[in-house]
Parts: sequence; C-alpha cells; structure tokens
Amino acid sequence: MDITFIIAAFIAVLATLRVITCYHIMHALLYLVVSLLAVAVVLFTYGAPFMAVLEIIIYAGAIMVLIIFFVMMLNLGLETAENEKAWLRPRIWIVPGVFCFVLLAELLYLILQNKQPAAGIQIVPPKQVGMALFGPYLIAVELTGILLMAGIVGAYHLGRQHKKTLHRFLENNLDT
Amino acid sequence: MINAWWIIGGVLFALLNTAAGLIWLERRMLALWQDRYGPNRAGPFGLFIVLADTLKLFFKEDWIPPFADKVVFVFAPAVVVASVLMSFVIIPFAPGIVVADMNIGVLFFLAMSSLGVYSIVLGGWASNNKYSLLGAMRGASQMISYEVFMGLSLMGVVVLSDSFNLQKIVEAQRTVWFVVPQLLGFLIFMVAGIAETHRLPFDIPEAESELVAGYHAEYSGMKFGMFFIGEYLGITLISAMVVTLYFGGWLGPTFLPPIIWFVIKTFLFISLFILLRASMPRPRYDQLMEYGWKVLFPLSLLNLLVTAAIKLWLISE
Repeated sequence: MDITFIIAAFIAVLATLRVITCYHIMHALLYLVVSLLAVAVVLFTYGAPFMAVLEIIIYAGAIMVLIIFFVMMLNLGLETAENEKAWLRPRIWIVPGVFCFVLLAELLYLILQNKQPAAGIQIVPPKQVGMALFGPYLIAVELTGILLMAGIVGAYHLGRQHKKTLHRFLENNLDT
Repeated sequence: MINAWWIIGGVLFALLNTAAGLIWLERRMLALWQDRYGPNRAGPFGLFIVLADTLKLFFKEDWIPPFADKVVFVFAPAVVVASVLMSFVIIPFAPGIVVADMNIGVLFFLAMSSLGVYSIVLGGWASNNKYSLLGAMRGASQMISYEVFMGLSLMGVVVLSDSFNLQKIVEAQRTVWFVVPQLLGFLIFMVAGIAETHRLPFDIPEAESELVAGYHAEYSGMKFGMFFIGEYLGITLISAMVVTLYFGGWLGPTFLPPIIWFVIKTFLFISLFILLRASMPRPRYDQLMEYGWKVLFPLSLLNLLVTAAIKLWLISE
C-alpha cells in the first residue's frame, strides 16, 4: 500500500479517537478538522481529487467553521471540561467499544482476504464527476436540491422577525 | 523543464521577500497619497525599514497571556501563513513555472482560502479576550459569506475555459482576456478577495477604532508578525489570482519574458489594494453582510447563469 495513504489513514484514526476522548470541546472540534483533512488526503491518494477538495471546502472550511463559531459564542470553558470528565465514565465505553471492535474485525478481515490493494486506481477528473451527476444521477441531484430548498424555507420561517414599524424603544408600548 | 525543487525554493524566496517588501511599499505609497514622506531615512528610499521592523519584532517580548489557551494561541498565526503559501502552489507564474499543475487548481485555491478562516477564529478565541472574540466572530461570518460568492464568481471563468486548471485558463485567454466577457465576475471576485484578505475597506475583524486590534489584540512579537505577513501574502495571492483568471496571467507582448508580465500585472493590483486602503472608509458590520448577501450573491449567480447560457448557445450555433 501507498505510504502516503497509510500516514493519512493513521492520522485520521488518531485524530478521530482524540475527538471522542478530548474533554475540551474546542480541542475536540479542532481534532475533527484534522481528521477531515486527513480523510481528504486519503481520497486524494485514491484518485478522487475533486471529492478531496470538496471535503476541505465544505466540511473543513465551512461546516466546521460554523460549528466552532457557535461553540465560541456559547463560551464553553474549563467548567464544561470538568462536567465532561464526570460524564465520560469507563462504563459508557462498553457498548460503542463493542460495536467498533466488530467493525474493526470486519475491516481487518476484508483487508486480509484481498491481499493486493485495489488494482488500477483511476484518477476521476472533475468533468467526469459532473457528467455523472447531471447524467445518470440527475434525480438524486434534483432531490438533494429540493431537500436543501426545504431546509432554507424552514430556516427562513423559523428565523423570520416580525416587521418593525416604529422605533425599537416604542415597540413594548405597542404590545400593551 | 526546471527542477521542481528550484521552483518551490524560488517561489518561496520571492513570496516572502515580496511580503516583507510590501510593508515598505505600502507605507511609502500611503504617504504619497496622503501628501507626506513616509519612512525615508534608513537606507536608500527608506528600504531598510523592513529590516528594522523585523528586528524590532524579534526583540519584542513574546508574551502568551496566562488566561489564553496556549497551544491554540501559538498555532493560530501559523495557519494563515501556511494556507496562503499553499495556495501559491497552483499559480502559473510563466509557462512551465508552476509548482503543481493540478486539474483542480481553482478548487484547491478555494479550499485553502477557506482554511485561512481558522487563523482568525482560533486566534480570537484562544486569546480569551472580549475584543478578540468579537473580532473573531465578525471575521468568521464575513469570510464564510464572502467565500460563497467568491467561488461562484470564479465559475464564470471556469465555464468559459472548460477547465479548473489555471494553466489552461491562461491559455484560453490568448484571444481576449476574461476581464472583457467576465467584467461583472471580475468586480465581484475583487470585492470578495478584499474581504477574504480582510484588507482595509473590509478590515472589520480588526477595526482598530472599535475593537482595539480585534482578533490579534493579545498577540505580540513574531506571532503578530505572522498575522502581518499573512495579510501581505494574502494581498499578493489575490492579486496573482486576479491576474491569472481575468488579466491573461503571463500573456503579453513578446518584448518582455512572460514572468515579467506576470510580475508587472500583479504589482499593479497590489498597488490598487494599497490605494483602496488609502481612500475608502470602513463600512459598518451589518452593511457589509447585507451588501454581500443581498447584492453580490444574486449578481454572481446571475453572472454564472448568463455566462453558461451564452456558452451553450454558442456551442449549439
């Protein structure tokens, strides 16, 4: 296997572990960013540069920034880290640990069964991705668009403010 | 073909010196436009001010506030410089002089510029200071919103040239520079680029007059220097991208070598950035966001739609 792949995969696994075990939420989020970047490198080594870059632009560059933005506004500090420490007792680890172990066993079995790596890695250029998306998978793209549209309309509805007609200081007087 | 390591070394050397030199250039140009001298004592034309400034930064106390998050505080200034330097990987300075000739060049630039936000957000958060936090929050929302239509305004160029590869985009401009068919896209990209580098009309995250120094209020010494250099590298990057995407990159009359044309065009845009700083007032924060989402975003969508429609019509002709 490719050495770059092994390094990137190793970093991804380690960073993801730290996301779960970190008590400080901000540090956990930063590890999540690192993990996403490592996954992007994995995608890059496996011939999907377009997906890799989209992973960075959308997940690492936009969604994670938004999450960090909100966590920053909540101002979770040392106290929450202490809380988190109290909540994460060893007993909680048992069930997820078993599930992860099963998945790991499966993964190892698959890797060991198929000795050589997937032969003939092809680099998929962005044009081919676009052709596929707007060709055979058009319905999926359209459905995703409708879903996103519904999300935007919902967000607009929830976030809509009542129309202000007067100065904000006079608003309370109007209601009474 | 030149050895790749020579190109990497050369690009790094040129960029870091340009960024340092821009400190001098900016101060002299600002002084010129404001009818005064600027730094003119140390060395020829005051050029050694760069050296003096750097020495001063090294001798400042490198202070980490006891209330700060130490690891993130140290790590944040490096992010901006690293992400901007990574973006230069895809810029073709001349035929054959490019570090990585990737077929996802434009997207790589967008990815790296979106990672640059972390520097402001983390710097402001780790400082554990109210002004820094306000600056970081402003920076995050400003950069996320302006990134959206920065990407959209670029897509007009991609439609016209059929490629994300910057070398192919430059080659596609042999007949006419893309600034002519993509004038609207160019203007939107320029505004978004200024907002991405948070330069003066849009320097709302640091706004000295309201937020002390915003997200880098707690930084001193060379850590502040990293933010400072990152900003100048950002200017150089946006100028180089504008030149590559809309002004024909290294194309030009043959009496000068291509790389000289590239440098000349880039420096023209850097000067434009400095002129903007000298002449424009800073908008309010909510004005900036409204202007972005209500004016520039629909315009960039419209630009992309019209460009794609015309392109399809031309193909079907």
